[in-house]
Amino acid sequence: MDKFTTLQGIAAPLPIVNIDTDMIIPKQFLKTIKRTGLGVSLFYEMRYDTEGKLIEDFVLNTKPYDNSKILVAGDNFGCGSSREHAPWSLKDFGIRCVISTSFADIFYNNCFQNGILPIVVNAEELDRLMSAAGSQLEFNIDLPNQSIQVGNHSINFDIEDHRKERLLQGLDDIGITLGYKEDISSYESNKKTQKPWLFGDL
Amino acid sequence: MSNQSPKTLFDKIWSDHLVRQRDDGTSLLYIDRHLVHEVTSPQAFEGLKIANRSVHRPDATIAVADHNVPTINRQNIEDPQSKIQVETLAQNTKEHGIQYFDLMDQRQGIVHIIGPEQGITQPGMTIVCGDSHTSTHGAFGALAFGIGTSEVEHVLATQTIVQNPAKNMRISVNGELPFGVNSKDLILYIIGQIGTAGGTGHVIEYAGSSVQSLSMEARMTICNMSIEAGARAGLISPDQITFDYIKGRPYAPKDSHWDQAVEYWSSLPSDNDAHYDHEIVINSSEIDPMVTWGTSPEDVIAVNGTVPSPDSAKSENKKKSIERSLDYMGLKPGTKMTDIKLDKIFIGSCTNGRIEDLRKVATIVKDKKIASHVQAMIVPGSGLVKKQAEEEGLDTILKDAGFEWREAGCSMCLGMNPDQLKPGERCASTSNRNFEGRQGRGGRTHLMSPELAAASAIKGNIADIRDFS
Ligand code: SF4
Repeated sequence: MDKFTTLQGIAAPLPIVNIDTDMIIPKQFLKTIKRTGLGVSLFYEMRYDTEGKLIEDFVLNTKPYDNSKILVAGDNFGCGSSREHAPWSLKDFGIRCVISTSFADIFYNNCFQNGILPIVVNAEELDRLMSAAGSQLEFNIDLPNQSIQVGNHSINFDIEDHRKERLLQGLDDIGITLGYKEDISSYESNKKTQKPWLFGDL
Repeated sequence: MSNQSPKTLFDKIWSDHLVRQRDDGTSLLYIDRHLVHEVTSPQAFEGLKIANRSVHRPDATIAVADHNVPTINRQNIEDPQSKIQVETLAQNTKEHGIQYFDLMDQRQGIVHIIGPEQGITQPGMTIVCGDSHTSTHGAFGALAFGIGTSEVEHVLATQTIVQNPAKNMRISVNGELPFGVNSKDLILYIIGQIGTAGGTGHVIEYAGSSVQSLSMEARMTICNMSIEAGARAGLISPDQITFDYIKGRPYAPKDSHWDQAVEYWSSLPSDNDAHYDHEIVINSSEIDPMVTWGTSPEDVIAVNGTVPSPDSAKSENKKKSIERSLDYMGLKPGTKMTDIKLDKIFIGSCTNGRIEDLRKVATIVKDKKIASHVQAMIVPGSGLVKKQAEEEGLDTILKDAGFEWREAGCSMCLGMNPDQLKPGERCASTSNRNFEGRQGRGGRTHLMSPELAAASAIKGNIADIRDFS
């Protein structure tokens, strides 16, 4: 997995609440069997008209936001479907950090699986960051120090240690878990005696 | 168990599946059943292959194609990409020795319908699937939640998942449900009350006499939409209704295992003094038949209500979001919901595509005709639901009324197959999401119960089942 330490750049403002994963990447793009190539379809229905032409005034279609690595969005970002295609498309577009007041649980998890940092801030800070994003100010995201710096304003954010560690080191979760192979086997042999009905073939 | 402090149903399942705490402080949770479908699994199998890893327990994994599948002609998937996805699933399951119900198998259907139908879903289990509506299985008192594709790969490789404990929330609904109100109305009402982020970080246990009196199928409708309330999972205590439903199903425990299982299942309900981080109590007499007016499941109102005005919003953000929804939905504040004219009716999905749902619809539309301007479609949740309905003669009643009778699949719940709304079309749908573009670009969705959708099909407008004769 790609590591994440620090990130600099302008941030795209998307002041819409409850942005769901259907909006992030609509169904017709879920038919792929690959993880890559979804960036052009990110926010498809907001970005392209029915003829497939770019909608000029959508933020990610305007300069300099078409190169944003950071997104500032309204409450409850990433709700709805569990599709990991949502973070895949964000990442493929180039976005490595999303800032909102809250994220849906599955989306939040999926971000960390893909080297994307979701940052939770309070409503007041979100307003401030939203307008900073609108003014094209440079954001400095510093994961080791858990801070966002914009101009001379600085905010600290919370993140669970294990998530932070995994992003910083780009660790493969499956590899870590396979290190606990013996614990898994002994759990299984215990349960085979306690709950034998769970071990019949499907 | 040594720990004597009172526990919730969630706490019990959690501690019984904790393999160990990892060094990073996260919990490694054992997964009893892994359900797999064609859309969210190809990249996971590909990941296994790249890392040269195998499937840890093919015997605890089951697969079915549902999202992409055509509901008319089963023999031929016209969309080449859908076809590749379905074939990839067939290939991957074959390679790894995973049970797969193919499109010609009568047991094929929506993954969350077939788990319970086959007796795969059982109380006290942990169940995951690369699909957010895995919460459905919580109706059995199983801890069931949706996961992303990377986690699908993790479960395939290790039969475990990395988790942090959730918080406990209990929503109790008490009293007899009023006439015309059923489990779909109940869950829509709850989402309207707590909002789509109301359950974030929580597992919601639904309790109270209204919930306990419901059938398993009705309970599934409630747990299904827990995800629309933002919750990680929904749960309902297993009881005699649960056991009776499971008994005798193909994958249910048999003989002495059955008795052992029931004994264990009976120990699962939350202890009396168990602690909840959040409690909500609802009196069922407050609830009306519900319908959505906007583009989020929380945009919900009693069917005899009117489209809300942005001016009623408590915050500037909320006001903007109402304006945006109304614009998308093509609705004016103050319009009576029952004056809204419909183009399409969709009955189906993992929320309301089970046999009881189809029976209710059939009862309402029997000897009637759908309005001439609407197109109405019924998509049974599984091949077996379809077969059962046909044995009961429901298909004839429905077809006579003007409904199209389709093959099982997700269909217009998300429109990954050819079943889609056209821009501007307005649909009464028994599914679970009314997001912008969900049922087709520019399509307008009103979520409601099967009863309301059936009555609405006849009227051609959104209809209040209480005024319907
Ligand atoms: S019926 Fe709809 S919600 Fe259910 S699994 Fe299929 S697409 Fe998802």
